Amino acid sequence: MVAKFDLNDDSVVVIIGTGAGGGVLANELAQKGVKVVALEAGGRYLPEDYINDEWDSFGQLAWLDARTTSGSWRVHKDFATLPAWIVKAVGGTTTHWAGASIRFQDHEWKALTTYGAVEGANLLDWPIDSAEMAPWYEKAEEKLGVTRTGNRPGLPGNNNYLVFEKGAKALGYKEVHTGRMAIQSSDTTGNRISCQQTGFCFQGCKWGAKWSAAYTDIPEGEATGNLEVRERSHVARILHNEAGKVTGVEYFDKDGALQMQKARIVCVAGNSFESPRLLLNSASSMFPDGLANSSGMVGKNYMRHTTGSVYAIFDKPVRMWRGTTMAGIVQDEARHDPSRGFVGGYELETLSLGLPFMAAFLNPGGWGRGFTTALDHYENMAGMWIVGEDMPQLTNGVTLSETKDQHGLPVANVNFDDHPNDVAMRNHAYKQGIAMYEAVGATRAFPTPPYPSTHNLGTNRMSEKAKDGVVNKWGQTHDIANLFVSDGSQFTTGAAENPTLTIVALAIRQADHIASEMSAGNI
Amino acid sequence: MTRHDLRGLTRRQLLTRSLSAGALAVVGTGFIAAPDAAWAVEVTAITPEQMATLLQMARDIYPHDQVPDRFYAVAVKGYDSAEQKDFVAEGVTALDAAAKAAGFDSYVAAGWEEDRVKLLQSIETTPFFQTIRAGLVTGLYNQKEVWPIFGYQGESYSQGGYIERGFNDIDWL
Repeated sequence: MVAKFDLNDDSVVVIIGTGAGGGVLANELAQKGVKVVALEAGGRYLPEDYINDEWDSFGQLAWLDARTTSGSWRVHKDFATLPAWIVKAVGGTTTHWAGASIRFQDHEWKALTTYGAVEGANLLDWPIDSAEMAPWYEKAEEKLGVTRTGNRPGLPGNNNYLVFEKGAKALGYKEVHTGRMAIQSSDTTGNRISCQQTGFCFQGCKWGAKWSAAYTDIPEGEATGNLEVRERSHVARILHNEAGKVTGVEYFDKDGALQMQKARIVCVAGNSFESPRLLLNSASSMFPDGLANSSGMVGKNYMRHTTGSVYAIFDKPVRMWRGTTMAGIVQDEARHDPSRGFVGGYELETLSLGLPFMAAFLNPGGWGRGFTTALDHYENMAGMWIVGEDMPQLTNGVTLSETKDQHGLPVANVNFDDHPNDVAMRNHAYKQGIAMYEAVGATRAFPTPPYPSTHNLGTNRMSEKAKDGVVNKWGQTHDIANLFVSDGSQFTTGAAENPTLTIVALAIRQADHIASEMSAGNI
Repeated sequence: MTRHDLRGLTRRQLLTRSLSAGALAVVGTGFIAAPDAAWAVEVTAITPEQMATLLQMARDIYPHDQVPDRFYAVAVKGYDSAEQKDFVAEGVTALDAAAKAAGFDSYVAAGWEEDRVKLLQSIETTPFFQTIRAGLVTGLYNQKEVWPIFGYQGESYSQGGYIERGFNDIDWL
């Protein structure tokens, strides 16, 4: 029984976005009996709709509405209108993510204290810590069915992993395994079908073996009768009253008509570009700099993880595309060890791209035989991805662009420059990744530049003090009690780990808080 | 994509009708064809010489010696349109001007890939070159028929994935 709420029903919680943050929050609130209207800009696609074809899938799922870029990052040069490779669909980027689900390390909640002040960086400690988050992480791991947690076995390693593992061990790395993945690894420990090693994890798992909100939390929430998901509904602005409390949202519905949905509480979960964009586009005479922006931090401190890839060619076939896309991890470099020339750490995780995307991303803009002789040996290629903590910087972030979208709304401009710490970390990781592959006999290696961002963090960051960030430790905005942020834009710092598990844990925790505050009549 | 099978024509007929013969393709009236007549591309908006230039550019930008011409022809066929006609004409004229300045009759007439690559480098920052190059990334590499040449297997769900088809079959480690 799917709920249907009236536009004038001001008792509902409106959630904007249905990904790892919004989708989970919607279900968790619905399970507690809270009435929820979730507004999702994208359409609804399920496993039967997903396509085992990189470009066709990209056309189906990716967020392709206008965005602009600036800054010295290479993405601005090569993919000027595509700062991120994320999804516009019910379930958000949980359809696209690889499934890596690892907890922050204890010290990463306290980056400023642990690393000390770093010149040019705007580091801050989170107002929460690992002890606070441990029970929520456990709930998140249960929800996602994370391998190597609970009684769930690890996934088997594919060809790409076996090369990676041998190289890692040759270098003396100890923390090498097939990852903690939100992918079903056995038929007896969860309710999803187990991984069939199909590849195409980024294109939506056609087996539903990987956790995605699209076919887990969203339908579970709808089944309670407390959740209505309105797809193809693009929120234009958040409205407020004279008391400075939010009262609802205006959105363009699937037919392009402007609608207004009243709300008791509004939760923004549109990812680190769209969430700050919406707060900025909601500026009013009372809040001329945008909603929840008394600190001036809305849109600032954007982080995208220090990424990059290493691909290498061997004299014999690897066929890296077979099986789980992110099939294993090396965690030895995730520690904080400034003797390496940078603060924070990074993970190395296997990655593969199909031939079409390899052509687009191996060396964007590259041509001639230097480029094509690499692709000639595609079958003999192995690949890994670097994901490390990058430095929050005031100048990195989202502002409103001169460009307008199909609804006439200013789009997000994403400005980014690497911090010297990011560059030092990436170069270290390139060196280690290449050494791993050379230890297995690679004949040629490629330090591949970062792709359009998939880990988008920090543009509405969490802070203890209102002057340092946008939201408090519950994701509640410092300025407006009934306005919350529920996605990765809350991140105070990025840590070295893939962010989804933390986004989910924060969403479960936030649902608990919102429900109890509603019961207490506080919001 | 329009591709005419010209197996009915003899090699001699094709050669007789050709206007010029580059390293890549034989150019006839309204079409260009492989020297062995295994394939041909009909052109309606741009000239056969212009299409031959685009084909040679495609081969020089993304040279894969094991990939037959017909895949490159498919990748650039879309430029044969009323909308692209002037864009192609201006770009080819500029490229040929660069070739003449370097002592060649035309870009296509430069026999060595190395020489042609230098000519392309001289126009690398132009919208013409950048458009052709960027278009090839999908135009060439997203042809499903090309994938087996690189060993890439494409779609796998309908075959049950690789769980029983070699996801971990590496035998040389």
